[in-house]
Formats: sequence, structure tokens, C-alpha cells
Amino acid sequence: MSNFWSWFIIVIVAINLLGCAGLLLWNNSISAEEAAKETTGHSFDGIVERNSPLPRWWLGLFIGTLIFACVYLALYPGLGKFEGMLGWTSASQYDSEVALVERQTGPLFEQYAQVPIEELINYPEALAVGGRLFANNCAICHGSDARGAKGYPNLADDVWLYGGSAEQIVTTITAGRQGMMPPMAAAIGNTDDAVRDMAIYVQSLSRPDVANKGSNAAAIERAKPKFVMCAACHGPDGSGNQMLGAPNLTDASWLYGPRLEDIEYTIRNGRSGHMPAHENLLTKERIHVISAYVYSLSHKPDTKGLPSP
Amino acid sequence: MSNAHEVVEKNVGLMIVLTLIAVSFGGLAEIVPLFWQKATTEPLETLEPYTALEMEGRDIYIREGCHVCHTQMVRPLRAETERFGPYSVAGEDVWEHPFLWGSKRTGPDLARVGIRPITEQWHREHLRDPRQVVPESNMPAYPWLETTPVDWRHTERKLRLFKDTFGVPYTDEGIAEQVEKFQNGEWSEASEEDALVAYLLSLGRERKEINP
Repeated sequence: MSNFWSWFIIVIVAINLLGCAGLLLWNNSISAEEAAKETTGHSFDGIVERNSPLPRWWLGLFIGTLIFACVYLALYPGLGKFEGMLGWTSASQYDSEVALVERQTGPLFEQYAQVPIEELINYPEALAVGGRLFANNCAICHGSDARGAKGYPNLADDVWLYGGSAEQIVTTITAGRQGMMPPMAAAIGNTDDAVRDMAIYVQSLSRPDVANKGSNAAAIERAKPKFVMCAACHGPDGSGNQMLGAPNLTDASWLYGPRLEDIEYTIRNGRSGHMPAHENLLTKERIHVISAYVYSLSHKPDTKGLPSP
Repeated sequence: MSNAHEVVEKNVGLMIVLTLIAVSFGGLAEIVPLFWQKATTEPLETLEPYTALEMEGRDIYIREGCHVCHTQMVRPLRAETERFGPYSVAGEDVWEHPFLWGSKRTGPDLARVGIRPITEQWHREHLRDPRQVVPESNMPAYPWLETTPVDWRHTERKLRLFKDTFGVPYTDEGIAEQVEKFQNGEWSEASEEDALVAYLLSLGRERKEINP
């Protein structure tokens, strides 16, 4: 701030304070008794308006605010460039607030970091912390109940695209994942019938009843040899590949919906799912605790012989 | 005590003038100097001007009233920076005309939404039907954005206005490049959803490096 603006502010503030003080002094320069004799000269139906000074208690309050203003301006930044005797800034207040919480929670996260994730799920407090972090960072896509949505994996079941071991969960959160299924219609014949046949076959992998319906058996026979094209990622038996994030097609869990239309859409257009990396957003210790929370959703804690945290 | 106050009380014109003088003290001391302060007039070094697509997205954001329910102002409080990202500073709003700080958070703050771990695909699905991805959400759906093409008629003028009037460092070549992009290039078919998502993903990029 230049000197000019600094003095500009100081002068205005001073005029303001002195002006108020002067007004009060002037008002106070007469005793109530004398004032009682004076009138404004107004008279209505014999009722006379007196020219009384302000009430003392009100005057006292006003003088109090002036004193408060002076003390405040001495302690806090307000008078132009003058930084105030306390040296307060909003940035430093923020920094000390962060530092305080860091001091309070740092040792806790440190302590949790020492416990393997498989064991950490036995600590309800750690899971409560993990749940809050999950709500803030993960729930927007995976849902506040962690059950996901179409295209966003359910984390509460024990079905995993990239593996559900503690280590794999940490890797997924830290580095992110990029799922990519290319459009496959061209590879399996490029006709509507071929796509429908394949969709029926894929559906039948997890639902044996599908094969018995109408002409489905014939469709499955037609599609089966072409599944070779899919097997590269989903495996010859359709059980998926966690190295590639290729979903298991033989379970009842569907990331993009279980209906025939959903499966056809996937075959025709492919799918891509992106889990962002969090290594620059969350500390290692926090990822550790969030991982424990996610892990706990599909693993029951061992309630016997708990070590107290 | 004299009756001097009578002069003011019986003279409305004088009273108005004196009132204005008294009221102006606050603005003179608190607002006027800001127009000459570095912190409020110099952009952050990391600040980038909006592309034409983001600029149109911003206008859609204003048109749809997003700022009525979403703020763009992270206060320097830990609870806020923990949730949204680095707190807002004056230098990031130098090129904002009008600024979209908002005053009410029915939805979350969006000043840092572009650097949160949220994918472009999520934004699209969320705009078309918020409850598809966030079942508890009470945000209205904006499905028509996906099928409405961006109206590029005034874009060039907007960029020039920001350059000439507000001092945003666009160059003539830069603007020509942008115009080429939406007239014949990658944005010629862009939908309003494309524009709005591009704008949302731009929010907070100037403060990306502040993250822990």
C-alpha cells in the first residue's frame, strides 16, 4: 500500500472518530437541569418539546464504542499501512488453525499408519475418521453409502475391478485407474443381430435361466465362438482380469446395468471409466485411513481380543 | 445547549448532504483504496484467460443462475479448505467481470471444482440428471444443455471487450485462433454442456499448485 493511500485512510478514520467525539462533547456541554428549562420552541396543544441532551446511558455507550475503536485500531490492522500491535492477518490465523489441527490429528494419523489396513478395520475411531474423509473426497462419485452409481463402482460389495486387497485399494486411490473398453461391434460382425446375440450370451454367463428362454439358445451358440474377441480382456470364461480392470461377466454385479440394452450399448460403444489419482490431494496417512474404511465395507472386523488403540 | 441542530433538522437538503458525507466515510476508507492496491488489481501469475469455450460456458453458468445456489469463494477457514481446496485470494478475480462469488451455498462452493478429483464424464452425467450420480441431490437437472449448440454469435466481441475494456491479455492472433476454433475447428459443433463443463473444469486451475 502506498503512503498516499495509507494516509488517506488514516485521515478519514481520524476525522470520523474526532467528529463523533466532538459531537458528543458538544451535546454533553450542558447539564440536564439547565436543559430542562430550554425548549425547542415547539408547542402542540400545550405540550412543549424540550431541548434535552442525549440520555447519559446512551452517551456512555457511544463513548464506549469510540474507546473500543481506538483499542481495536491499535491492536489490529486498520489504519492504512499500520499492521497493528498483534500482527494479525487472516492468512496467519488460517495457518495457525491448520497447524493446530495438524498437531492434534497428526499423531493419530501417524499411529494409524503403523497399523496394517487389515487390522485397522478393528478400530472404530479410525473407521469414523476414514468415513468422514470418504464423504468429503469419494462420496461424490461412489455415493455417501459407497454403493456407487451407474458407471461408478459399488465399494460396499466384495466385487472388485482392480482387486480388493488392502494394497490394491491403496494403489487405486493413490494413482487412480483408467478403465477402457473399446467399441466391439465391428470385431464381432458389425450387425445388430451379432451385437444382440453377444449381449444375450454375456447376460447368460451370470444368469443360466436366460439360455432357456425362446430362441436364446441359438443366439448363444452363434455368439460363443466370437467371444474369443472379448476373451483377451475378460478371459475365456468371462471371469474378468483385475490386472486390466476388465469386469467379471459371470457375477451378478453390473457396473453399467444388467439389462440387455445396457450390455448392447456397452458392446456397441465401449465404455471408459476414470478414477482420478489422489496422490497430490491427500497425504499417504489419509489414504491409508480411507483405504481401511473402504476395506471395512466388505470385511467384517475381528471383534475378538482387540488391542486397544 | 444551543438550538444549532435546528438548522439541520429544518433543512432537508442540508441533512441529505451531511448524511451522504457521513455515510461515504466507510466507502472512502474501505473501498476506494482497493482500486489502487496491487493485491486487487494484479492478476495471479498463474491466472490464465478463459478460452472462447470457457467464456461461453461462463455465460451459460450465469444464464442458468448457477451462482444463485453455488458460491465461488473459499474462505480462509480450515473446514472450507479441507472440503473445497485452497482459499480464494483477490488476485484470481482480476479478470472476472462480473465476479461470481455468490452469497448463498445451497450447493457446494465451486471455486475449486476444476481441481477436485471429479471427471469430465461425472460433470456431464451430473448436469443431465444430478440424482443419477448423487441420489440425495436437490439440484435441478439441465438436460437441454447437451442438445443445444453454443451460440457463438457474440463470442468474438466478448473476447475483444475483455481485452480492450478490462485489460485481459488476449492478443489479436490469439482471438483469431479462438474464432477459427469455433467457426471451423474443434468447437464448431460444441454443445452448451461442452462449454459449461469446460468452464467448470477451468475453475481453480490458477490455484492448483497450492494443494498439499
